[in-house]
Amino acid sequence: MRHSKKIAPLAIVSVLAMVLAACSSGTSGGGAAASNLDARGPITYVQGKDNSNVIRPLVDKWNAAHPNEKVTFKEQSDNADQQHDDLVQHFQAKTGDYDVASVDVIWTAEFAAQGWLEPLKDSMTIDTAGFLPATVATGTYKDVLYAAPQTSDGGLLYYRKDLVPTPPTTWDEMMGMCSIAKANNIDCYAGQFAQYEGLTVNVAEAINTAGGTVVDKDGKPTVDTPQAKAGLNNLAQAYKDGNIPKQAVTYQEEQGRQSFEAGKLMFLRNWPYVYNLAKTDGSSTVKDTFGIAPLPGKDGPGASSLGGHNLAINATSKYKATAKDFLTFMTSAETEKFYATQGSLAPVRADLYADADLVKQLPYLPVLLTSIKNAVPRPVTPFYPAVTQAIQQNSFAAINGSKSVDQAMTDMQNAISTAVSK
Amino acid sequence: MSTHVEPDALPGRNASRRGGDNKGGKEVGADRKVKTQGRAAALLVAPTLIVLAVVILYPVINAIVMSFQQDQGLDAATGLFVSGGFAGFANYAHWLLQQCPTPSGTGTCPPGTLGAQFWSATGVTFFFTVVTVFFETILGFWMAVIMARTFRGRSVLRAAVLVPWAIPTAVTAKLWFFIFAFDGIVNTLFHSSILWTGSQGPARAAIIIADVWKTTPFMALLILAGLQMIPAEVYEAAKVDGASAWQRFRLITLPLVKPALMVAILFRVLDALRMYDLPAIMTGGANGTTTLSILVVDQIRVGFNSAAALSTITFLIIFIVAFIFVRFLGANAVDSASGRAKEKLK
Repeated sequence: MRHSKKIAPLAIVSVLAMVLAACSSGTSGGGAAASNLDARGPITYVQGKDNSNVIRPLVDKWNAAHPNEKVTFKEQSDNADQQHDDLVQHFQAKTGDYDVASVDVIWTAEFAAQGWLEPLKDSMTIDTAGFLPATVATGTYKDVLYAAPQTSDGGLLYYRKDLVPTPPTTWDEMMGMCSIAKANNIDCYAGQFAQYEGLTVNVAEAINTAGGTVVDKDGKPTVDTPQAKAGLNNLAQAYKDGNIPKQAVTYQEEQGRQSFEAGKLMFLRNWPYVYNLAKTDGSSTVKDTFGIAPLPGKDGPGASSLGGHNLAINATSKYKATAKDFLTFMTSAETEKFYATQGSLAPVRADLYADADLVKQLPYLPVLLTSIKNAVPRPVTPFYPAVTQAIQQNSFAAINGSKSVDQAMTDMQNAISTAVSK
Repeated sequence: MSTHVEPDALPGRNASRRGGDNKGGKEVGADRKVKTQGRAAALLVAPTLIVLAVVILYPVINAIVMSFQQDQGLDAATGLFVSGGFAGFANYAHWLLQQCPTPSGTGTCPPGTLGAQFWSATGVTFFFTVVTVFFETILGFWMAVIMARTFRGRSVLRAAVLVPWAIPTAVTAKLWFFIFAFDGIVNTLFHSSILWTGSQGPARAAIIIADVWKTTPFMALLILAGLQMIPAEVYEAAKVDGASAWQRFRLITLPLVKPALMVAILFRVLDALRMYDLPAIMTGGANGTTTLSILVVDQIRVGFNSAAALSTITFLIIFIVAFIFVRFLGANAVDSASGRAKEKLK
């Protein structure tokens, strides 16, 4: 065995050499933006699972019209975290094999700050006039547009119109109606209050609705203001009073929907996807007795958090002129209508919400327009993962009463400022 | 292992031992034989060593190198990320001393940051490890003793016991997530209204129940293997000598099954120390169920280099625990296995 003893150090040395090589090549900078701007050729489009078969027909249509600039569609998994990690890996490798990517609204700032996205300015400028302003804001980082709005999403208030003929327009009004729920022996209001991303959405809505903000324009935290505190206090107080049922701290989207469809909940904050299910599900007991309204606010419609996806061009793409044309095609009014009819995906163009055909098919559109018009993007910051952690952990403690609202907001302020001061 | 290593304790030592035995008389011929044998052995082992170096040594060293780099920071003027440079032990201080960057320098990590969760995550990890392994050992032993008896349908029972272990952990976790939902089976069955995933105590209990359900069979089978190594004659002799059932268990079963038991416990402890899927799926790490592995994965999304430091710390913790087990509690998979094999051959 004498020989193997010599081989072991040899192997270690060769591995060390590999490590050093990997380290020295690991940090070389980018600077790929603003090159290949006029180049045309075949490109790749990436997005998560195409559940309702929207993308394939569109790509086929494009390919038929552009035989020399064919698009290959790469489909990722349906898990948002996996999509994020897959994009990060490919962008980091700087191979340019993902030319156009569908990016969740909350990732846009992070990818832009990494220099992975081609700024949509100068020759790459796209026409944003038709888009809803809030959706354009999600694609904007440091006053530069990095991604074009593709689909949107906003919160809606689902309510029992058999119990409450006129939906509440303000939070206080809604809390006042909870006695009706109590008289009928059902729960009053629920959103998504389990400790996960949905809680960030709901808390940001509460804070924005009360006139506060989570971060300012420069990404600095602003949750220690009286308005922000009042927002979180609304939720904490409602939970304490029992207006929000105690099991709501375990609710994600689906648990709340099931409770509402079973007739056990009077008001539900959820996304538009619930509309069709509540109308058609065999187990839904509220098919004909539910209505939709904008989220209740302070003295008018509340501020929804904005969901949806943006389209961005990889800074290391080889054929950016093609990528830009494809991006324009994928966000055109015609395509947007196809998203809405085929996939129930909310359009980002204002005029489509008044399209009679569309409204007939998707009756929630006018209400959703109000929601999106009043919507505020979740914190636009490259440190989003750390910021959402800070919001989730502290607001969860405040809602279930294990921390005072004041303390939670102080901690949240400190935690966000730690997260963004790197 | 004690200070003196038995030459034949490790299987790999056989070659040198044979060389030693041949000493005296035909030294030259024996030496050449050893040399060619040694060369052949080296050639045969080399690919394995290289593969091991690439898949184990490289990532470990790379992680350690990364852990001394600072996470990237934001250039205020351009809004772009810039690489952080050398960090020294800052990443380790971040976790172990709970130091976080604040606008005015460095301070204690505020609640809600990942940095503030290191010690609680360590506590949670050890809590889960101690409690689950405790229950799994006792239940596993009990199951193994029953399975070791001869009765009709024994093989069916053994196969049935394996079912929880055969289901992928992620599937198990999702299953228990539904079972412990507010409108789930447990609450319906017991007419209770416990928020299983809504507060700390119940959330931890739910994860412990799921883990015990899933891994007790593994424990039981390892202990069963140990029980079956004990010859029946020993029990017969003890019976003839008038030993009671409790005496037979305490003086024969326990000491003779101890090597297998310790290996089983060691495996489970190492497994439990890196527990990820059950809490990740059942609670998402909320309500005081964030283990070190969950913290590492959360941190990867925020910054790679601090995550590298955290996983290095986790690696060291697990290494130390394994070392203590092997050194002081006599749980040595290699030694006992080869020793046992030798016994059998005789």
